[in-house]
Amino acid sequence: MTDQDELDGILAGHAGREGALLPILHDVQAAFGHVSEGAIRHIAQALNLTRAEVHGVVSFYHDFREEPEARPVLKLCRAESCQARGVEALVAALPDNPRVAVETVYCLGLCSVGPAAMVGHEVHGRLDAARLGALVESLA
Amino acid sequence: MTVVRISDDAAAIACGANPVVAAFVAAGCTVERVSSWGMHWLEPLAEINGMGFGPLTPDDVAAVLAGTSDKAIGAVAEHPFIARQQRFTFARAGRTRPLSLDDYAATGGWAGLKRARELGGEATIAEVTQSGLRGRGGAGFPAGIKWTTVAKAAGPVKYIVCNADEGDSATFADRMVMEGDPFMLIEGMAIAGHAVGAGKGYIYVRSEYPHAIAKLNAAIALAVPHIAPFEVEVRVGAGAYVCGEETSLLNSLEGKRGEVRAKPPLPALEGLFGKPTVVNNVLTLAAVPWILANGGQAYADVGFGRSRGTMPIQLAGNIKHGGLFEVGFGITLGELVNEIGGGTASGRPVRAVQVGGPLGAYHPPADFHLPFDYEAFAAADGLIGHAGLTVFDETADMSAQARFAMSFCAAESCGKCTPCRIGSTRGVELIDRIRARTGRAADKVEALPQMHNARKAPRTLAEDVTLLEDLCETMKFGSLCALGGFTPYPVLSALRHWPEDFGMGAPEQEAAE
Repeated sequence: MTDQDELDGILAGHAGREGALLPILHDVQAAFGHVSEGAIRHIAQALNLTRAEVHGVVSFYHDFREEPEARPVLKLCRAESCQARGVEALVAALPDNPRVAVETVYCLGLCSVGPAAMVGHEVHGRLDAARLGALVESLA
Repeated sequence: MTVVRISDDAAAIACGANPVVAAFVAAGCTVERVSSWGMHWLEPLAEINGMGFGPLTPDDVAAVLAGTSDKAIGAVAEHPFIARQQRFTFARAGRTRPLSLDDYAATGGWAGLKRARELGGEATIAEVTQSGLRGRGGAGFPAGIKWTTVAKAAGPVKYIVCNADEGDSATFADRMVMEGDPFMLIEGMAIAGHAVGAGKGYIYVRSEYPHAIAKLNAAIALAVPHIAPFEVEVRVGAGAYVCGEETSLLNSLEGKRGEVRAKPPLPALEGLFGKPTVVNNVLTLAAVPWILANGGQAYADVGFGRSRGTMPIQLAGNIKHGGLFEVGFGITLGELVNEIGGGTASGRPVRAVQVGGPLGAYHPPADFHLPFDYEAFAAADGLIGHAGLTVFDETADMSAQARFAMSFCAAESCGKCTPCRIGSTRGVELIDRIRARTGRAADKVEALPQMHNARKAPRTLAEDVTLLEDLCETMKFGSLCALGGFTPYPVLSALRHWPEDFGMGAPEQEAAE
């Protein structure tokens, strides 16, 4: 199956759904790891939107990427509750690992057991420098 | 065979519940995954015949089963943290399996929907109005009035939208409802749909909550026969904080950029796809089944002033006993932080408590007498918001927290209105200058001889602080929604109570205690 077929399959799966653009973009991102220029063009045509409209939506939301991220991603919460539990000191002490992308997220809803991080759908709480370091190492 | 009950809430899993479950299974036990009691400092918490043990690691399992564990906490339901609560919305927390229809029905599930169907739409709304239930998302708008507006709006197509975009730091009650008692939320939406004449409901969940999304989808599939003809669908957000604002959420649901809409028109009249729409928070809708089953008056009998019923308060940040504490309005901030929360986790004195998430004010211990009530907090230049408390110890730098509030607003602004979009960025720069104590000299353009009206003398620290206050006023009154409008709360409260962190004189008498 080509990428084109897969994209058509996603679009067909959402046909007739009201307000379908976000669910479509989530599926495209899940399937290809990003929403490419070509995908934007194709989605715009299928939904009878302009490319600018679709690009506007893709660029508005933090979740959607226009370029693929090849490295494993660790999302580290740096919102107030995790700050109060010392996340900034962890960030300062975190050794640079070029093979892992450490991204900031604002709140995972684990505010009573922070500092917290998420890898894929896997959640981690009560992180200290050693546990966060080991987690990053395990992804590299 | 020993039956062990362990939560499958994300907070428990994040603290290592799954390896503990595996260890119990390996020891020959049957493990039931239940919702969380909300005592997060004890997670992973195992319950055997009503007796609790926590926080556990797989290494503790042998001692727990041998009866020699030093992590025994006694009967879970009688734990002081639980015994002091009034649990209406979280009555099932810790007690039922989230996706068990049998458990739900056995604990009073569907009774509210059944009564609503007997009463009819108008009388159902009357019950909600009588209960005094106010929107739990932060604004505190009376739910009964909103429902009445939608019910009276003309048109065959109406929607119920559940705002589950719980992006505020320190809040996790919505997540706990969705993961721990999803049928209750679905029942609440079905009651709302029945009351106002809506056939379809959407739950807009943030993408950071994959566990909640999975539970809701499974629960909706199971609940179809109970709520039909009403339909519920989950829609997943995409990492934009501002989509927690109701009009921005509606745009996002329609597949657009999550930009805020100007009001009016009210969403109640022209909401999702231009149709009359009830937009309520998870906790608002989740309170409805209890109100219908027990009567609006029973709910209104609890509470304080114009804040009726109970509030699921979330204790978070640097706090010893973090978790979910549901209680009638009126409890004081000091009781919550010191008596129930046990003070800070670090053991150092409390410096500040932020109430209401990133847009809520920072309160010093001098405010600990404040009763938890919408009006009392508003009078103290604060807000209770979604009732999340973030506790900071004495190591907190309050000008850094003020800067963070501005930078968060800059990162999450939808960009539609100028005070929020530009003001937040200017605010970050201004606070950076105040923190660096550099002042600001006239720049190249301002120094030109033809710039007659431009100021030539450098701005002093005090003038920069005045400018920051002025900027906050502009954002507060000029922004379209609460993101830009409420960002001044954390900034100005930090400035007012901890001026020494901004290089200003000693704190005012009232903050010194």
